[in-house]
Amino acid sequence: MNKEEPQKSDKDEPRIGIYICHCGKNIAGTVDSESVAEYAATLPNVVTAKDYLYTCSEPGQNMIRDDIKELGINRVVVAACTPKMHEQTFRKTISDAGLNPYVLEVANIREQCSWCHMKEKENATEKAKDLVRMAISRSRDLVPLERTTIPVDKSALVIGGGIAGIETALDMADAGLKVYLVERETSIGGKMAQLDKTFPTLDCSACILTPKMVNVSRHPDITLLTYSEVKNVDGYVGNFKVTVERKPRYVIEEACTGCGECSFVCPVRVPNEFDMNRGKRAAIYVPFPQAVPLKFTIDPEHCLYFKNKMCTTCKQLCPKNAVDYDQEPEILDLTVGSIVVASGCDTFDATKIPELGYGRYPNVITNMDFERIVNAGGPTEGHILRPSDNKEPKSVAIIQCVGARDEENELYCCRYGCMAAMKQAYLLKEKLGSDTDVYICYIDLRSFGKGYEEFYRKVRNMGVKFIRGQPSEVLQNPDGSLVFNVYNSNIARHMKITVDIVILTLALTPPKGIDELQRILRISRGADGYFLEAHVKLQPAETHTKGIMLAGTCMAPRDITDTVTHAANAAAKAIDLLAPGEVPIEPITAWVDEDICSGCGICWYICPYAAIKIVDVEGHSSAEVVDALCTGCGTCGAACPSNAITHRHYTSNQIMDMVIAALEG
Amino acid sequence: MTDAITVEKFADAKEFEPKIIGFLCNWCCYGGADMAGLGRMQYPTNIRIIRVMCSGRVDPQFILEAFRRGADGVFIGGCHLGDCHYVEGNYRTQRRIIILKEYLRSMNINPERLRLEWVSASEGEKFTRVVKDFVKVLKELGPFNDSS
Repeated sequence: MNKEEPQKSDKDEPRIGIYICHCGKNIAGTVDSESVAEYAATLPNVVTAKDYLYTCSEPGQNMIRDDIKELGINRVVVAACTPKMHEQTFRKTISDAGLNPYVLEVANIREQCSWCHMKEKENATEKAKDLVRMAISRSRDLVPLERTTIPVDKSALVIGGGIAGIETALDMADAGLKVYLVERETSIGGKMAQLDKTFPTLDCSACILTPKMVNVSRHPDITLLTYSEVKNVDGYVGNFKVTVERKPRYVIEEACTGCGECSFVCPVRVPNEFDMNRGKRAAIYVPFPQAVPLKFTIDPEHCLYFKNKMCTTCKQLCPKNAVDYDQEPEILDLTVGSIVVASGCDTFDATKIPELGYGRYPNVITNMDFERIVNAGGPTEGHILRPSDNKEPKSVAIIQCVGARDEENELYCCRYGCMAAMKQAYLLKEKLGSDTDVYICYIDLRSFGKGYEEFYRKVRNMGVKFIRGQPSEVLQNPDGSLVFNVYNSNIARHMKITVDIVILTLALTPPKGIDELQRILRISRGADGYFLEAHVKLQPAETHTKGIMLAGTCMAPRDITDTVTHAANAAAKAIDLLAPGEVPIEPITAWVDEDICSGCGICWYICPYAAIKIVDVEGHSSAEVVDALCTGCGTCGAACPSNAITHRHYTSNQIMDMVIAALEG
Repeated sequence: MTDAITVEKFADAKEFEPKIIGFLCNWCCYGGADMAGLGRMQYPTNIRIIRVMCSGRVDPQFILEAFRRGADGVFIGGCHLGDCHYVEGNYRTQRRIIILKEYLRSMNINPERLRLEWVSASEGEKFTRVVKDFVKVLKELGPFNDSS
């Protein structure tokens, strides 16, 4: 039956302690914290009102704890930064001193007062007084609430199988969580699998990545779901219900041994996306030889069987009889405790800047094209050749920040381009000989990481020419070579440069499909289009939704080094959360007074979580809230025509108190 | 002469500062307001913000009570449609506000005094802009009791 109505903590009058924080000069530089404290002291039920330099500091918290014990305070109001910053801190503070954590109220006088009214000191101080009065008023009506815990599923979903997802999945699985790794493509590996070498150590990308990919597929606690997409997510921390669609490979995964006979006999040859459409693949294919899982997939768009049922060569020749043209999509329902988003990023579409000639001039290529061209497993088997005539280039120019640091396109720095260009310049010099002319046209060179500056010097000493300036247009000569003018601000000279190949270093962009993923996960995105972290410095791998973490470039552009660090952080947060086997849930839920409820069912109809059921109470019907399902949005409370629903911690009385107090001043 | 008019206008503008009650959802608009502060974006001091978990929590009674107690405007801030942390709370809000505006009109209260905006947690700039604009609109409408 319904739980008891939340009661006030005691029959006594509220005894309120109010603490006005200076936050150094962050608040006190605009708001006169002392006069706010003096004002607060005059309000009813206020036992003590103090202003303090840093309330969140250890002495500040001790001051509150001491007052609770010595003055018998039973409500605490802190006027400081946003509750998103320190509400939990001060809940802990007061519960250490024996109070219920929910008799705390925070007045936001920093983000929503001092910082946004810096030139209006008097008005800001008046506003701070109003906010404090509102908070005190609400605090009188606060009641203690009991936190409950719910058991969690010690499992996690990782969305995306690039290096971020791989790292996160391995870390979590090693810690004993059951992990589902969902990847949209037919193989894990992501962008890193396409790279030739990695900076600054020139490690072969595949050599450091593929062992990890294999570990994922062999790990007993990782279920690898490639060629699959997350279609829906319901539930909450500890108990997310996830729907995954497995697209049909038209090859039975369990039967396929990856021998490649099918691909060899397939009569179709189409551009291979993995090789940036420069190499060819069959219609039954693996994107690259080290693919994990090494299972072939039929591309129904190009397969002749799917076009006109003419060809069944692969099916006839498969020694394991693994080809199945009738496969259907499969829906999997998973329950997981936590979700790590590692959906990665895309590279900028260089055709959006047509002046640079990409897509028009064959010898203008992107840095991703170059990675495939220079790779021994790529379309030219690692020979650097000019695309127009397959001759070795004598000169190459790399243009930086294509689409990045650009008000027309992406405003932010891609954070990998400078180092990637230097690495490519190194490979050009190494493979084509030191007499090859290599130019890097840059805005600024950012070699910020460990070993990066040293690498820059090494490349510079190899004779790579660094030009500070960006060409606005690239033109093609009749012989296929490319020419551009650039103002080199280092030497204050215009330069006209003719080269055989131009490489464009592309910005990173939020990946295609991020809109859909955001809709499914209901997490925020920043102005740059990437997923938004809970705190830019202190919670870089968490989101505002408890249980959902971010790893890698889905949060912001970054290089492999930082991605791996971030992924390990996300994994650690998920492990932290799930390791105890239960998570506390906020007691901020709805409660129905069955004596008032008429059982009309409006709340039942509007609850997005189906957390309300209509039950029979002594002969009349009444709504009842299932606490485990209620997420505490309060929408039902606003809709109830008879005010029978109490939204705990945001009760109508508490909110009305604030409305009234705000307009009293 | 021109100066005198300007000064007079300025004095008028100083005279009336609308009081605004803002109900902001915890996940989006409240975060947007925090982001505005974090970015030191400046806007007028007229709004008093009340945090609710979801804009769907905003009972029309709260809004009517605010007007009854002398608010010149009421601002509701929620997540963009489709982005609601609670799936569809903001759709409920939208429907309620549409109906409530009709109700306000029938009570001879200018519905422009009630404003619903979708502001994400990263849109500090948008929050600043809509608050500035709302203050401007309310200044033009004048105090609530005078003109309704």
